[in-house]
Amino acid sequence: MTHPSDTGPAPVLALRDVSKSFGAVRALRDVSLELFPGEVHALAGENGAGKSTLIKTLAGVHRPDAGQVLLDGEPTVFHGPADARDAGIAVIYQEPTLFPDLSIAENIYMGRQPKRALGRIDHKATYAATLELMRRLGVGLDPGRPARGLSIADQQIVEIAKALSFDARVLVMDEPTAALTGSEVARLFGVVRTLRDQGAAVLFISHRLEEIFEICRRVTTLRDGAFVSSEPLAGMTEDDLVRRMVGRDLAELYPKQEVEAGAVALSVRRLTREGVFTDVSFEVRRGEIVGLAGLVGAGRTEVARAVFGIDRWDAGEVEVDGKALTNGAPSTAMAAGLALVPEDRRAQGLVMDMSIERNIGLTGLRTTVKAGLMDRGAERSRSLDWAVKLQVKYARIADTVSTLSGGNQQKVVLAKWLATGPKVLIVDEPTRGIDVGTKAEVHRLLSQLAADGVAVLMISSDLPEILGMADRVLVMHEGRVTAAIPRADATEETVMAAATGRAAA
Amino acid sequence: MADTSLARAVRWSASMRWDTAVGALLIVVLLLSFSFVDGFGNALNLSFLIGNTLPIALIALPMTMLVVSGEIDLSVASTAGLSGAVMGALWNQGMAIEAIIPVCLLLGVVCGLVNGLLVTRLGLPSLAVTIGTMAAYRGIAQIVLGSDAVTDFPARYLDFAAGRIGDTFVPYAFLPFLVLLAIAVVALHATPFGRRLFAIGASEEAARFAGVRVKRQKLVLFVLTGLMASLTGVFWALHYASARYDNATGLELSVVAAVLLGGIDFDGGKGTLGGAIAGVFLLGSLQNVMSLLNVSAQSQIVVTGVLLVVSVLGPRVGRQISVARAGRRAASAGPPAPEAPTPAA
Ligand SMILES: Nc1ncnc2c1ncn2[C@@H]1O[C@H](COP(=O)(O)OP(=O)(O)OP(=O)(O)O)[C@@H](O)[C@H]1O
Ligand SMILES: [Mg+2]
Repeated sequence: MTHPSDTGPAPVLALRDVSKSFGAVRALRDVSLELFPGEVHALAGENGAGKSTLIKTLAGVHRPDAGQVLLDGEPTVFHGPADARDAGIAVIYQEPTLFPDLSIAENIYMGRQPKRALGRIDHKATYAATLELMRRLGVGLDPGRPARGLSIADQQIVEIAKALSFDARVLVMDEPTAALTGSEVARLFGVVRTLRDQGAAVLFISHRLEEIFEICRRVTTLRDGAFVSSEPLAGMTEDDLVRRMVGRDLAELYPKQEVEAGAVALSVRRLTREGVFTDVSFEVRRGEIVGLAGLVGAGRTEVARAVFGIDRWDAGEVEVDGKALTNGAPSTAMAAGLALVPEDRRAQGLVMDMSIERNIGLTGLRTTVKAGLMDRGAERSRSLDWAVKLQVKYARIADTVSTLSGGNQQKVVLAKWLATGPKVLIVDEPTRGIDVGTKAEVHRLLSQLAADGVAVLMISSDLPEILGMADRVLVMHEGRVTAAIPRADATEETVMAAATGRAAA
Repeated sequence: MADTSLARAVRWSASMRWDTAVGALLIVVLLLSFSFVDGFGNALNLSFLIGNTLPIALIALPMTMLVVSGEIDLSVASTAGLSGAVMGALWNQGMAIEAIIPVCLLLGVVCGLVNGLLVTRLGLPSLAVTIGTMAAYRGIAQIVLGSDAVTDFPARYLDFAAGRIGDTFVPYAFLPFLVLLAIAVVALHATPFGRRLFAIGASEEAARFAGVRVKRQKLVLFVLTGLMASLTGVFWALHYASARYDNATGLELSVVAAVLLGGIDFDGGKGTLGGAIAGVFLLGSLQNVMSLLNVSAQSQIVVTGVLLVVSVLGPRVGRQISVARAGRRAASAGPPAPEAPTPAA
């Protein structure tokens, strides 16, 4: 084996030649990895490369088919997540798993609260202990407030605090930044650096390469379940990393085509939903990609939901191709040619327990029928068609979508809506959790759709994506559209100025 | 934990579909009863078995769909009772039976509509709503008919509801049921309507984001359920030649037990109508056998209750065992297991 033991500190946790298969899918093949104390280590790879599977192996969720997990150099077998946790390994999954009705403190000390006489829970001590954790992390969350309503970023902080409370020596984070804004990422990184300096080993997954370069010292790359390399990041460029992940040079990330804008396809006039957004007006023309930028909470998603009919609006009107939409009726919006790829793919975009075929089929129930009955052949070929077009990685089209990797789930959501042949496509964070290669593909796809005459409204918190893809940038701030900036004038500065409410130029 | 043969058996049984298993169990029970229970196999008893099971089977058709969509209706037996009571009362008034039956069915539609509107418009949980209307509809039935029993319906109708085709084991009423069954199977498993139901049951939010009119779909189901319940009430009164306010009391328990036994997941989104009907006739056969063996009515209810518990727990326990083994709980990002061992506080 190729582990020339350098004389530095021993790895606290390591994988040696680990393999794991799910039926015919070989998710991991002879993968090795070493995590050292006081180091942030990146795990990179395309969607479905096996990153989450590797993490679940470290966390005791999956038992490797072959190979070893080494804890402090000793071969170890974890019989379950609790074993791994007791060994000081904490995992923060992409979607935090807090109990909404319990307080932050109760969530952290769930089932092991400090006790007083007669076994009563000592709330004061729980509160104080949580406060101390928050102080160590340098964040100001009130331990007594319920978890309900916490932003994803805050929920992650709570999960990290929980890990701290277990004295975790290894912190594993699966795409923690996917749903965070810039400032939230900065805060998270602050916390991670603190932990690192206190001697923790951190394993970090992200599809945003600049983040990997910012916070990590070494990187391990996987491709199709196989180990590619494990090396220091110093001296590497983003292109080097991409080449290791994809096995080839990457195409243009923002392949924006110049398209002559056509007639107005989506027209939103003076749309208001009380307390959420106010007096929102804009138009999207055929062939145009309009970016909708703003800080999280500015009301972008809420406007999209109202336009599509998920929520009712209180005033205003929405027209698709000159035809007014009914308030609060997604089915009529769909019939008019509107499609919405929602922000939360697990809860809104997909029926997780249903197959890929049926999920894509769900938007075609009006077309894949013959004499009132489902035309299964048509349903299957429609689903297969789009799954293949978007290069979804799956074993069988009848597998449930919950077995797909995160990025492939997102592709299924896209497939499901593109299959409707929409006139107007609203995409809310379309490339969240998607690898660079696929991201470029999604962008090419959006660009191609626009070229084919679709009107695209793209909500994104990824500013380079907005700047790279949009013909026009609308910016929202506190429920209002504060600026409409043509492509030529859109820069980070102009967009951020409008997004933060500083007067736009 | 070594890979024990028990664990392997559990995994094997988890991989076998529950509804297939229930179908197989039904066949086993029938074969055993044919061989070992005196009087079971003759055509007359079999026609009784089917006739007595038909009320459960009829209501199970829409109930299966309701449970698949994540809802439930416990007021069905009361709706049936109310429909029978109104039938008796109107008959006493001298109204023609041909006119009475449509009135009863319409009444069932109204009962279902009330349930559906309370659930979809006010957003109340169907369990609570229909426990309430279960009491209310039964109360109205008593007000309508008091403690009378109306028995003198036209012989033609009584014969149809209680008779069988020649000397065969097939009750007349079984034929229209088969037609309804076929319609229901097709509706649930081969139409867009059914596809939407499964989607709603598995994830209401995702269904809504896919343009499914969740509320309307549910309302339709409640109305259908009310309609079938009232049809069952009419059938019941004719089959047993007795319209009383307390007809079909407790029938909802049998229906729900049978449907769950047939593998319809109480959380919605899973199951087949074939499984549910297998569950219905499994329950019906057991009840028939118990009667032949002179098991008291009370004990039969106990058996139904136990079956209900087993059918809700069975798949769940099986799943939990396999989930615990795969440790998938943490993987699928469910809430952290509170029962997980923790270091001493
Ligand atoms: N429980 C499972 N059953 C079947 N296949 C699975 C299961 N878990 C993962 N896979 C498959 O294993 C492969 C690796 O998946 P994994 O989730 O580890 O990818 P990933 O690198 O985390 O991707 P992403 O960046 O999209 O999150 C995929 O092809 C996936 O479909
Ligand atoms: Mg992943």
